Amino acid sequence: MDLLHNLALGFGVAFTAQNLLYAFFGSILGTLIGVLPGLGPVATIAMLLPSIYALDATPALIMLAGIYYGAQYGGSTTAILINVPGESSSVVTAIDGYQMARQGRAGAALAAAGLGSFFAGCVGTVIIAAFAPPLTELAFKFGPAEYFSLMVLGLIGAVVLASGSLVKAIAMIILGLLLAQINTDVISGTARYSFDIPELTDGIGFVVIAMGVFGFGEIISNLGQPAEHREVFTKDVKGLWPTREDFKQAWPAVLRGTALGSLLGVLPGGGALLASFASYTVEKKMAGSSGRFGKGDIRGVAGPESANNAGAQTSFIPMLTLGIPPNAVMALMVGAMTIKGIQPGPQVMTSNPQLFWGLIASMWVGNLMLVVLNLPLIGIWIKLLTVPYRFLFPAITLFCCIGVYTLNNNTFDVHLTALFALIGYAFYKLSCESAPLLLGFILGPMMEENLRRALLIARGDWSVFVSRPLSAGLLAAAALMIVIVMLPSISKKREATFQEE
Amino acid sequence: MKIKSQRDFFSGLMFVVVGVVFAVGATNYSMGSSAKPGAGYFPLILSVLMAILGAIVLFKSLTIETEGGDPIGHIAWRPLIVIVVAIAVFGLSINRLGMIATIPILIVITSLAGDEFGWLGVVVNAIVLTVASWLIFIVGLKLTIPMWPSFIAG
Repeated sequence: MDLLHNLALGFGVAFTAQNLLYAFFGSILGTLIGVLPGLGPVATIAMLLPSIYALDATPALIMLAGIYYGAQYGGSTTAILINVPGESSSVVTAIDGYQMARQGRAGAALAAAGLGSFFAGCVGTVIIAAFAPPLTELAFKFGPAEYFSLMVLGLIGAVVLASGSLVKAIAMIILGLLLAQINTDVISGTARYSFDIPELTDGIGFVVIAMGVFGFGEIISNLGQPAEHREVFTKDVKGLWPTREDFKQAWPAVLRGTALGSLLGVLPGGGALLASFASYTVEKKMAGSSGRFGKGDIRGVAGPESANNAGAQTSFIPMLTLGIPPNAVMALMVGAMTIKGIQPGPQVMTSNPQLFWGLIASMWVGNLMLVVLNLPLIGIWIKLLTVPYRFLFPAITLFCCIGVYTLNNNTFDVHLTALFALIGYAFYKLSCESAPLLLGFILGPMMEENLRRALLIARGDWSVFVSRPLSAGLLAAAALMIVIVMLPSISKKREATFQEE
Repeated sequence: MKIKSQRDFFSGLMFVVVGVVFAVGATNYSMGSSAKPGAGYFPLILSVLMAILGAIVLFKSLTIETEGGDPIGHIAWRPLIVIVVAIAVFGLSINRLGMIATIPILIVITSLAGDEFGWLGVVVNAIVLTVASWLIFIVGLKLTIPMWPSFIAG
């Protein structure tokens, strides 16, 4: 069977000493940043991008992937123990997890989160392995018109599901696309918007934008808020193993969370965040009056945690098969592939099978490592929480600066990052979300190329985008999403959901 | 006319202005035709689209009532200026002074952004981070970052 053969190839790659080491390193680092509030996976991956110059593509991507799912684990630990979700996808875990911790059942909550995540991670890995090849085959049928429409769908989907104001989010996508136009036109060789600055003719590095807007923007807005008071339940973490009754209650929630998460993860813009919210709502509805939601119900931890991990896994599918990143972390992964000279897209699976299947298998390995290591290591992670932010933020600033500098050994990039830190803070103050901007920026050059090629082939006939059935279907789906979200009844519900965040 | 949502008003304004600027810029490049799009073709479409969306946001901010006027709120000037200056100083000094001097300077400046500033903590932090950066980036990852000032390293 192909699936087994492919997985065997993947595990062969993942189980080399070097790759195991990088998976381990990535997941530990991910947990670390997940535990530390104020430092997200986006900023960390951006910070580490320069270091992957020294690595081969496979270990580099394995490490970056490890950071992503490791952060989900770490985020839930802090959510449960101190009611501070380290990651946005753990926000709902904090509701019941923290209550369980207060009742002295922190161990059971942590175990439910860990085991649920592991189960979801296993399922997610199998789903990627099973669905990637057929999707890839479909992608090979795509011409430039279809690709353009697919990117439109991807970008629209990313904001429809995952952000506040729709118009502003779409404007941010376009701003990202426009920033990507600062480069040298590939077809005519004209330098665009470069103001005769030689560094700008190569385009703005996306690390510069990611670091400025996400890394530094985050630090500035954190510092702008008054220091918070934290209550840590460290001494109470005893009896890690959940009771038989806990198991009985938790496992159906884990199953439902995994199913929901796997489904939502594939959608553009879905990923971990939406999955965990949806799962919490489902569990609450299913339990009805029998639930003790908000007062420490184990289902409120097991469901969302499984869902966010499953979502984190399956959000690799569009990135790996189509080269289209569904969220900001995947956008960085695409950037990392480009740095390593791999053109993201459907051809990756055939041209770099080692990388493709190795990465998938390593995710399962990484998840296993996390479960085995994290439950005993929780004490250490908790200690990290006591490191005051005043030591942390200078360190983050420093690593970001070094990261940007080493990208091209170029101080121009450093100064440009300072400018984007300023812009990032302005976005934050104006409630303009930055993630759509980054997605637009990543997809900008590909979109332009496909648009121009499609028009060229069609001899300038714009109707090519609607006359080809596949392309028309993709565009129709994008339009439908906008219409649905604009319906009054839905838009009200949507607003309410985002306010709960 | 009264601004009903401050955040939306200024973001709408930003989108319109940036859209217009990019649109004007796009006219400098060859437009081509739709059968053979030139370098300015895609940027022009994008910037016009963005200006339109900005205008919608602007219009909504002037017509739709929001709770409390959705104010921008106070701006964290100190962290904002300190962090931006710190990054710029890093950029100016890394090639001249090397990591050995740049890192302590950066740490001292950034520490000013927080509410609590204690010299002992800052000095310890600076030393730890300088050593750690040397170990991670130069010894470990073997990146080419100047460690020593250019007048010593030659």
